[in-house]
Amino acid sequence: MTTETNVKIAIRDLSVYYDKKQAVHSLSLDIRAHEILSVIGPANSGITTLLRSLNRLFDLTPGSRTEGDILLDEKSIYGPDVSLTELRRRVGMVFDVPTPLPMSIFDNVAYGPRLKSKKARGSVAETVERSLRMAALWDETKDRLKMPAASLSGGQQQRLCIARVLALEPEVILLDRPCSGLDPISTAKIEDSLTLLKKQFTIVLAPHNVQQAVRVSSRTAFMLSGRLIEEGPSTEVFSDPKDRRTSDYITGRFG
Amino acid sequence: MKKFKEKLSGRVFFALALSSISALALITVFIIVNGVPLIAEVGVGNFIFGMSWAPSRGEFGIFPMIVGSVAVTLGAAAIGVPVGICCSIFLAEFAPAPLRNLFRPAIQLLAGIPSVVYGFWGLLFLVPFIRNYLGGPGLSLLAGAVILGIMILPTVISISEVSILALPRQYKEGALALGMTHWQTIRSVILPSARSGIVAAVILGIGRAIGETMAVIMVLGNAVAMPASILDPVRTLTTNIGIEMGYASGPHQQALFATGIVLFVIIMILNASAQYITRKR
Repeated sequence: MTTETNVKIAIRDLSVYYDKKQAVHSLSLDIRAHEILSVIGPANSGITTLLRSLNRLFDLTPGSRTEGDILLDEKSIYGPDVSLTELRRRVGMVFDVPTPLPMSIFDNVAYGPRLKSKKARGSVAETVERSLRMAALWDETKDRLKMPAASLSGGQQQRLCIARVLALEPEVILLDRPCSGLDPISTAKIEDSLTLLKKQFTIVLAPHNVQQAVRVSSRTAFMLSGRLIEEGPSTEVFSDPKDRRTSDYITGRFG
Repeated sequence: MKKFKEKLSGRVFFALALSSISALALITVFIIVNGVPLIAEVGVGNFIFGMSWAPSRGEFGIFPMIVGSVAVTLGAAAIGVPVGICCSIFLAEFAPAPLRNLFRPAIQLLAGIPSVVYGFWGLLFLVPFIRNYLGGPGLSLLAGAVILGIMILPTVISISEVSILALPRQYKEGALALGMTHWQTIRSVILPSARSGIVAAVILGIGRAIGETMAVIMVLGNAVAMPASILDPVRTLTTNIGIEMGYASGPHQQALFATGIVLFVIIMILNASAQYITRKR
């Protein structure tokens, strides 16, 4: 274990319920700054629920209930003085289905920065360009920034959603199976940009398959039925899993 | 034998489907056959833009009634559309489940009230209210607009609400995950995305308003004259037919059919544009 200070998010004994059904069982996990943490596991393991708890998007689900605590930079995100909009700008999220807003490519990326501050127009344009470059989308879109975002391909839309999150200058980025509907080339492009982004951001990734976790993440956590089974450096988890269930899952015996 | 049954069932359904279409065709042909000769005789311009409606003297100008229909409908839209859209946003975005379960059937019920009841209520309540507090005869454009504004609410609300609820959940979550507030999300993501459905709701509401007859006959006053204010009585295209159908004959009756043609064309244009707008996205 490295020093405690570079823990970005500390999940402490987190339990999450939908009505009576429990989706996450007293889970504790540290997410370190500037790492890519993959959370893997079969469907219905509570991974999406866990990710959506980290920016409190889960609060929107009717009948939801949360116990335990999540600390972002050692401060609880459930504290009474926490602003949800502020939290969601610090902890950005990309969904499994690309969700471009019904506006132009430029406006999609500019929307966040414009909300955040009434900056001069020039600096918004700079932010948009920088974000699109980081998401590896600039070259494909620089000549048609005024076109509606819906005119992009699925892979481009997903990179646009990543750029949109980057434009908010978040500290943490949550990616919930961001490549699930994409072709291998788009997937490779997104994975490339993730590796670059690691330097600036903390990334929590729910990969759409085990191979993706191997390729991009520095650490991996394995979840099953809402419980954390095992976590550690990706190389260890994949080459020498401690738990039987982890090795079964990785080798494709279930899930 | 089985094959024969298959074939037969297809034919039967086709025949039944055809009967509903042929009803439309029959009515259309009937109206056109009865109305067009008069329009041809009077002249399209004179008929549509003529200021004088005096069937006994052979004067058939329906312009005051077109103005009446348009004015009453616009008034109804001015009242019903903002209320309806706000109500649909409330139901789709803000209302807690118990309240929504109370509102929805209540709004359906609003659609189920017979128009004659609306008219009766307007006559006994709204008309005296306008006469006492705003002046004029009470029987007025305003009274008709208010009644129709209420009557189009169910159409506007339910179609707008459905189009908002039909949006993918990710639109809203994507916006919220960007750190937008709920209202910012509604304004800049939900409403623009649902725009085509909401526009269609408004157009269908307007179509309903322009075609309504019974309720407005009772509160409009029905004078054939250009209204000078919203407190003046007016006559619409529909009420013109409704009032005079009972005793009209000859060219007078044909003129009423011709009025029907104009109404028919207006409503067809409205419905077609609603379909076009909803199909575009």
